[in-house]
Amino acid sequence: MARFVIRRLLQSAVVLLGVTLVVFLLLQLVPGDPVRVALGTRFDPQTYEALRARAGLDQPLVVQYFDYLRRALTGDLGVSFRSGRPVTSIVLERLPATLSLAVTAVLFALLIAVPLGILSAVRSGSFIDHAARVFSQFGVSVPDFWMGIMGILLFAGVLGWLPPSGYVALTEDPARWASHVALPAATVGLVTAAILTRFIRSSMLEVLAEDYVRTAEAKGLRTRTVVRRHVLRNALIPVVTVVAVQLASLLGGVIVIEVLFAWPGIGRLTYDAVQARDYPVLQGAVLLVAALFLLMNLLVDILYARLDPRITVE
Amino acid sequence: MSDSPVLDVEGLAVTIGTRRGPARAVAGVDWSVQAGQTLALVGESGSGKSMSVLAATGLAPRTARVTGRVRLLGTDLTEVSPERRRRLRGRHVGFVFQDPMTSLNPVLTVGRQVSEAGEEHLGLTRRAARARAVELLDLVGIPSAAQRVDAYPHQFSGGMRQRVVIAMALACEPDLLIADEPTTALDVTTQAQIVELVADLQHRLGTAVVWITHDLGVVAGIADTVAVMYAGRIVEQGPVDAVFAHPAHPYTVALLAARPDPAARGADLVTIPGAPPSPWELPTGCAFFPRCPVRGDARCEHELPPLVPVSGRHQVRTFYPQATDGEDR
Amino acid sequence: MSETTGRSSEGQLRRTLSALRHDPLAFTGSAVLVLLVVVGVAGTWLAPAGVNEVDVDRMLQAPSWAHPFGTDELGRDVLSRVMIAARVSLQVGLVSVGIALTVGTTLGLLAGYYRGWLDNVLMRCMDVLFAFPVLLLAVAIVAVLGPGLLTATIAVGVVYTPIFARVTRAGVLSVREQVFVRAAISIGASDLRIMRRHVLPNIAAPLIVQTSLSLAFAILSEAALSFLGLGVQPPEPAWGRMLYDGRGFVTEAWWLGVFPGAAIFLTVLAFNLVGDALRDVLDPRQLTVSEARRSST
Repeated sequence: MARFVIRRLLQSAVVLLGVTLVVFLLLQLVPGDPVRVALGTRFDPQTYEALRARAGLDQPLVVQYFDYLRRALTGDLGVSFRSGRPVTSIVLERLPATLSLAVTAVLFALLIAVPLGILSAVRSGSFIDHAARVFSQFGVSVPDFWMGIMGILLFAGVLGWLPPSGYVALTEDPARWASHVALPAATVGLVTAAILTRFIRSSMLEVLAEDYVRTAEAKGLRTRTVVRRHVLRNALIPVVTVVAVQLASLLGGVIVIEVLFAWPGIGRLTYDAVQARDYPVLQGAVLLVAALFLLMNLLVDILYARLDPRITVE
Repeated sequence: MSDSPVLDVEGLAVTIGTRRGPARAVAGVDWSVQAGQTLALVGESGSGKSMSVLAATGLAPRTARVTGRVRLLGTDLTEVSPERRRRLRGRHVGFVFQDPMTSLNPVLTVGRQVSEAGEEHLGLTRRAARARAVELLDLVGIPSAAQRVDAYPHQFSGGMRQRVVIAMALACEPDLLIADEPTTALDVTTQAQIVELVADLQHRLGTAVVWITHDLGVVAGIADTVAVMYAGRIVEQGPVDAVFAHPAHPYTVALLAARPDPAARGADLVTIPGAPPSPWELPTGCAFFPRCPVRGDARCEHELPPLVPVSGRHQVRTFYPQATDGEDR
Repeated sequence: MSETTGRSSEGQLRRTLSALRHDPLAFTGSAVLVLLVVVGVAGTWLAPAGVNEVDVDRMLQAPSWAHPFGTDELGRDVLSRVMIAARVSLQVGLVSVGIALTVGTTLGLLAGYYRGWLDNVLMRCMDVLFAFPVLLLAVAIVAVLGPGLLTATIAVGVVYTPIFARVTRAGVLSVREQVFVRAAISIGASDLRIMRRHVLPNIAAPLIVQTSLSLAFAILSEAALSFLGLGVQPPEPAWGRMLYDGRGFVTEAWWLGVFPGAAIFLTVLAFNLVGDALRDVLDPRQLTVSEARRSST
């Protein structure tokens, strides 16, 4: 187990190193001079030189990279081309909004997907199975921002139940937070639920076909017991991975929804940074998200090993 | 020997709905097994031997349509509710499946898997069921059962796992043990041990056994009666001595001839040229006709031969019974 | 095993087409795709009005016979814009998946066939690309290269390359060990020949399935990019962009929100339906394993 964890840690470290290289090279890919591009009409020689020096752009590329890496390791991701504030704090400020949206969306998705996926597999071929398959096909094909717009149209426009956009911090006013998070979380959650339903269904079907399930049936156990004791645990172990990966990708992947609902999270920050050509902020956001993504995957692998007795011994 | 059989199957037919259309897996079979006796169902894979037993006990796939009569200890299982069938199955029938690597749940301890049937059908408390599981594991020859009861299946060897499966099957002291090729996935020495274990347990507990196999070597050693199946039908059945001494169906003759040296038993026996017919297109006549070395006449091709007696309870389904002197056991 | 090398590809194609014809969902999906291609190719001629025929006298008109999908805030005919925008979506989808397929398959072949350090280096690179959420990476790439049709295509292509590399590599690893490949190696066939004649045909099925499903995702990604203003630039219409421009008016003019989005949805749905049907036919292990296992006893 310890060796497994160490091996995965090393693997993740190597990949993370690659990620920093990609993020670093992003700035080099900007055609022309990124600082000049970023400043645009606000150009003045003094700011220009200061930003260039701060970003280390006057150094050779290799030196720049190791410098970037060294500073990133100490939590220094540079300063914003726009506000001059440290990127690390700009990015971290946005984390709670994204986190609260992503977690709500995943909980919402689980609430739908777990019962639907299980029922759909256990009663394969039934009405509920067909409904579940239509739902998941719909969910993986629908553009989330379109569903968001439809949601706004219905719940904010026609019915007037929910605000069309905006954000209130959970710590500030839970009730108003809830009314604001409902639409974006439901939008993201439905898409996630579709993916999870599909996965849970096929995972369940796979386990239902296992010989040991037939053994359990042969013992004359109740269907409920067979499903609960023999099928669910085996079927839901891989689901844990998918849920975590979904959560991880939501932490950085809800750009479009955050833009649509004016939700001030990491996605919205990324979008604003792109619009403003604030490359250090873009780099910082991308790096943080990728690091979170890797961390989640690492945790999931370890959790997975804990859940499956076969892996523990090796 | 009592005259009322533990399990009695009459005119059992199974049709399985598949994407390619209905497949006739079992085309009408009759067999029965008495307490303390062993019936061997022999045939190639796809001959319907396993399916006939699974269907009889309500374990056929969901798309299967099962007809015929199946009496377990006098109760017709085809007439009772699925719920009652489930209870009768768990209480009176134990199953040992082919591959002990896959027939145990990897995430539950073996103790839990052995004890759960007792909790369900005998109303044992969890604690009593666990104590019983230790007893059972001991009974099937698992060393230091009291410690091993909390181990997971992957911590056992193949042979030991099959012993666990047998312990599971015996949990409710069943009247009938169904062993579906229980030695096929094991190495030769382990096979012999498992065969011996089942024979020994049967002797001690008086259980009836249906042993499904394609290994005639095993049959000769343990069975009282044998039924040879081909393409969903019984082509020959009778007391094991009679069938081995005077096989009357060309298929049985070929099977016995293809049997390797008894010393090397366990090897695959099928070296008869050709393949069995597809269950989607069973022929109207004798299903063995295309591969038959005798190849009688047009009648064989178009008309289904009835099951006729050879001598005593020895019956055969052919127009051309062979008068061979087979080998002695 | 020999039949899986060459001869069966024709039979497989026939089986695939027949399956698509007989499965009502896949048939509908294919029909939608054909319609899309027609509209994509000939949209400019088929559309009742030009893309940028601005007419302030008919701003934000609800759907009518004259304008079945209504008009937008500049009085442009929404139906015509939706039709003409089909080309952009299809083009970005096809070209980017083409890039991902070519590059990913090549890398996967090299990694799986030669193993060793090359495999390690290539697959770690793919892991790095996998470490970014899809849309975030695409946005970052477009952000630095500058928005537009070409950069959006490249970005989507890069994002979907790792999955093709992984699918190919997994396929190569299993095919490599099979008798006919080992036989080909032993008689001294060249690596290139072995890969082309023996390995590729045997991993074609998962690649075809992956291609079809990736097309769906690629089109969704393109729509998201253009919704963020990072795709094709105005005046050229794109479905995502139309939604972005219309989102402010959507409570008064629902048609601005409904139709372009429905176009994206139907396109993606069609690719997904065809992809699922292809998977059922070409990669039957995926779904029929339970049926096969249960009825084999």
